[in-house]
Amino acid sequence: MDTFLLLWQGLAVALQPINLLYALVGVTLGTAVGVLPGIGPATTVALLLPVTYKLDPAGSLIMFAGIYYGGMYGGSTTSILLNTPGESASIVTALEGNKMAKKGRGGPALATAAIGSFVAGLIATLALAFLAPWVVSVALAFGPREYFALMVLAFVTVSAAFGDSALRGLTSLFIGLTLGLVGIDLQTGQARLSFSHPSLLDGIEVTTLAVAMFAVGETLYVAAQGKRAPESIEPVRGSLWMSARDWARSWKAWLRGTVIGFPIGAMPAGGAELGTFFSYAVEKKLSKHPEEFGEGAIEGVAGPEAANNASAAGTLVPLLTLGLPTSATAAIMLAGFQQYGLQPGPLLFTSNPQLVWGLIASLLVANLMLIVLNLPLIGLWVRLLTIPKPWLYGGILMFATLGTIGANPSVFELAMLLVFGLLGYGLRVFHFPIAPVVVGLILGPMAEQQLRRALAISQGDVMVLFTSPISAVLLFLAAVALILPLVLRAQGRGRVLAAVAADSD
Amino acid sequence: MPTGTNANTRRPDWAALIIAAGLALLAAVVAWDASRLGGGGAYARIGPQTIPYAIAICLGGLAFWTVIEAWRGDFPEREPQEFAPVLWIVGGLVLQLATISIAGFSIATGLLFGFVARGFGARKMWLTIPAGILFASIIWLIFARGLSLTLPRGPLEAALVTVVTGIGTAVSSLFGGVA
Repeated sequence: MDTFLLLWQGLAVALQPINLLYALVGVTLGTAVGVLPGIGPATTVALLLPVTYKLDPAGSLIMFAGIYYGGMYGGSTTSILLNTPGESASIVTALEGNKMAKKGRGGPALATAAIGSFVAGLIATLALAFLAPWVVSVALAFGPREYFALMVLAFVTVSAAFGDSALRGLTSLFIGLTLGLVGIDLQTGQARLSFSHPSLLDGIEVTTLAVAMFAVGETLYVAAQGKRAPESIEPVRGSLWMSARDWARSWKAWLRGTVIGFPIGAMPAGGAELGTFFSYAVEKKLSKHPEEFGEGAIEGVAGPEAANNASAAGTLVPLLTLGLPTSATAAIMLAGFQQYGLQPGPLLFTSNPQLVWGLIASLLVANLMLIVLNLPLIGLWVRLLTIPKPWLYGGILMFATLGTIGANPSVFELAMLLVFGLLGYGLRVFHFPIAPVVVGLILGPMAEQQLRRALAISQGDVMVLFTSPISAVLLFLAAVALILPLVLRAQGRGRVLAAVAADSD
Repeated sequence: MPTGTNANTRRPDWAALIIAAGLALLAAVVAWDASRLGGGGAYARIGPQTIPYAIAICLGGLAFWTVIEAWRGDFPEREPQEFAPVLWIVGGLVLQLATISIAGFSIATGLLFGFVARGFGARKMWLTIPAGILFASIIWLIFARGLSLTLPRGPLEAALVTVVTGIGTAVSSLFGGVA
């Protein structure tokens, strides 16, 4: 009952005209940027963060929620019409969706993706609202050692557990952790890895790193591929509406996708792609038309798209209740919170309930806006896909540099953007994952604080980490998540893990 | 997306060995930096240098692991890269950061736009650079004037502000005159 009341109050915040406007601007911008080829939600959120700088915290986070959901929606449009998934979570959508589009059924494909995203977003956001207070009550009992163990688990799942190589995932993670060391040590005030450079004393901005890695790195990588990737946009022919048969085949897939996607997002298991792959496998197994899979089966779009959105809402559970980002997008959102001095976690629910519940409620609002706006406007979004590449990427870099100097007006910040952009390009060339770098940068210093606190309490006794049952179990899970994939890969059964490589989201 | 993981030729993989060397160098830098740090007071057995040392050790381990994989040719196949477009884009970014404090946001970013477009094959820079400057000044107006973000100002921005405020006063005086 309490949750209903809080959610109701949240809706009162979200439905204030000015906040509705913020949400509308957020979903529109999020869709417009997310629909651009090669740009996933993480990049969308990183690029659009500067738009929210000068708003009040509530308005900014509400606009942010809109950008997040809009970016997710825009990504699926790109994969259906262009077959270049902007994010790994859309790969499965591209599989069947693009086939449907080629057969002239792009309209129903887009429609089932949109309605599935809506259904999943609705259910998952409600699940978030009901799960969050419960997690918060559990998390209140967490001390530094439990938080540290949780972060270690997140490190492992984000970097080593999935993807095609534990080595490259861990390398990315440790690059991020190293970057996280830069700046003044909070406990002793000593500068680390700053080389007496004043601009480095505040540490490395998460937004600069994220924009550099995702936007600049991706631009360089695409440019370096030359003209090898011919792209053709599938025009949306025929009716946009789903037939009765499409509905009958879609609704169960939406629900199943939601049920699969949400828990995966809510657990610190890394990105949304895992859920989309599971959902695809399940739909293929349960379908009465398995022969259509690979040829444009509507369930293969409906299920994974729902799973995708449900796990996106799921990742907000650890982010809001524990302050734990489990994807690159969540890491950037955490940076968004921190720019207002807000630290997500159990305390935020008690100290700032209006803000948290306003944010959750505005997710519902954003979701509704997306379905109302996007299906009728689909022609407009498709038009965005036809922007010629030189203008498109010129514009993306324009926004990337705008965001960087907007956050921190100095030439030094631009130099960091360039350096990290080259790093991101290099990582892409050698197939290193990007998300662990961003998560490592933001989560590394937090984990260090928790560890030092835990060890200060125990007067330096490391065993304290294992004497708490919760932290012992979490560390055990982290060890399993690290070792088991290594064994699987050594036995040559790593292909499943490679298939769910966390690439962008 | 990673494609085939079983690279067969190139043994040892020199590029991967260079990555390993880079990681080892990074480990050394982190450890050297940590060695300069003082302890965290009399009681704490864990100080500001503890985690850097741990990270340095892990980086060293990863460097070693990379050497092994490089030796066995375990690194995935790389697509051939074209470097001319990369140089155009990097050149654009360097040019922007070199000129932005003098020329202001719009001109510097317009140059960036032109260079990036060139990297993607748009050769008519006499067209793309002015177009970029136009876009950038619109963005500057929206973000610096509308959303009061601090963006570098140059001669063009100064002129823009004069024009915009000029139009503003003209409009208000016009309406003031009518009323």
